[in-house]
Amino acid sequence: MFDIFGMPIQVIMGQVAIGLINGSFYAMLSLGLAIIFGLLNIINFSHGALYMLGAFVGWMLLNYLGINYWFALILVPIIVGIFGVIMERFLIRKLYHVDHIYGLLLTFGIALMIQALFLNLFGVSGQLYEVPELLKGTLNLTFMYLPIYRGWVLVASVIVCGSTWYLIERTKLGSYLRAATENPQLVQAFGIRVPTLITLTYGAGVALAALAGVMAAPVYQVSPLMGVDLVIIVFAVVVIGGMGSIGGAIIAGFGLGIVEGLTRVVYPEASSVVIFVVMVIVLLVKPSGLFGKAV
Amino acid sequence: MNDSLLYVENLSARYGESKVVHDASFHVNQGEVVTLLGRNGAGKTTTLRAIMGVLQTREGSIRFNGKEIISLSSDQIARCGIGYVPEERGIFSSLTVKENLMLPPVISDNPMTLDEIYSLFPNIRERLDSRGTHLSGGEQQMLAMARILRTGANFLLLDEPTEGLAPIIIDAIANVIKMLKARGTTILLVEQNSRFASQVADRHYVFQEGAIVNEFTNQEVLDNPAQVERYLSIEVIQEEEGSHV
Repeated sequence: MFDIFGMPIQVIMGQVAIGLINGSFYAMLSLGLAIIFGLLNIINFSHGALYMLGAFVGWMLLNYLGINYWFALILVPIIVGIFGVIMERFLIRKLYHVDHIYGLLLTFGIALMIQALFLNLFGVSGQLYEVPELLKGTLNLTFMYLPIYRGWVLVASVIVCGSTWYLIERTKLGSYLRAATENPQLVQAFGIRVPTLITLTYGAGVALAALAGVMAAPVYQVSPLMGVDLVIIVFAVVVIGGMGSIGGAIIAGFGLGIVEGLTRVVYPEASSVVIFVVMVIVLLVKPSGLFGKAV
Repeated sequence: MNDSLLYVENLSARYGESKVVHDASFHVNQGEVVTLLGRNGAGKTTTLRAIMGVLQTREGSIRFNGKEIISLSSDQIARCGIGYVPEERGIFSSLTVKENLMLPPVISDNPMTLDEIYSLFPNIRERLDSRGTHLSGGEQQMLAMARILRTGANFLLLDEPTEGLAPIIIDAIANVIKMLKARGTTILLVEQNSRFASQVADRHYVFQEGAIVNEFTNQEVLDNPAQVERYLSIEVIQEEEGSHV
């Protein structure tokens, strides 16, 4: 084996792998945020709290009802997605006629309420969610031992992001969504029920956050504050990818995970801030983001 | 005129506090091509947007096929069988030509088939995989019309289809409108180009400052084009402004 910048290749590849796994969560969350921003023009600040809600609903299904991880992967996005549909239908919709900043404030308030509720119920300490039996153990990649569960997270995330991209960019339903993002009034004048499309899109974006939450439960501890820091990073990822750009959110998600991992090798002290440094540079050089349309 | 396909009575429409259309009443009979003529800002486009429900701040009565539609949302109005081609054409840049063409759902039992559409607009077939907005202005206008014909709408609202286009393209659009009329399609057309309007229409309503001020049959326009031109030409505006001084 050889060294790069005095670092053994194993160390670098190990950090790249860890970066990709963190990037899996960034990608799934920023994808949902980008879809919601594209159609609703709302910066969904409750995204981190809904990710946390996904993890907790998964934990509660397991501990209170004995419903295992695999069923939770299906049930949790549906349950939290329905919660999102109700949020859009009865709260967010009321603010479409005013400036978008009000939508941000509303979703921020909802996020704080959800977090406060779970802090009250469970306190700050995290709850453990055991790795499912099938995914226990490690994989020898020669340069590192990779826990199988983390490998699964990476593969599942690539599949989820790829399928969502395909759905939006290559299907009839996706063409409704893209067209409504550009000109909702005209799409509605063609006979398509845009308000329903908006509600379902918000529900789907929230369901993605909840799915990321269930997948995160065995990796990180299930805690009421698990989404707080993450949502800030994910916002930076969306800005870097280009607000509203679906492909940009996915590529920036995985890419910035790797950048963060490599920074941990080269200069560990900067690893928690490197994404924001990239965001500042991107904003100054190309304010619309790497894959966004010019502003 | 209660057997008209579209019967508009005392229609007023506003943007916020400003009233743009005042008590407009007109009708379009089955199979007719009728134009709303007038200068920029006369309220023609707003009238189409109000009929289509894109502009919801409207009062009065709009009956289509005998059914009151003024309280309906625009998607419900579209599903009554009305197809809308907006002034800016509304071609989506994030969709391919084919996706643009296939976007609006079919709303009747006898939509135009894709083969019929391709034979009418051969350029579209050659550009199916291009981005919608990579087409020329004329091709975009053809695509906007083709998109509505595929839905089977039997009543079309066309907002200035000739705006900014070369004479040869305008002739092609006139031919398409004549062909649609021959098939029995009913059309309400907004225009500033009275020469084009007189090639395709049966009747004309003239809009001025948000109100209908005159109505002509097409024969009257052909016999004496000047009587319509005076409502549309810039010189008249200057004369009128001069007369206020």
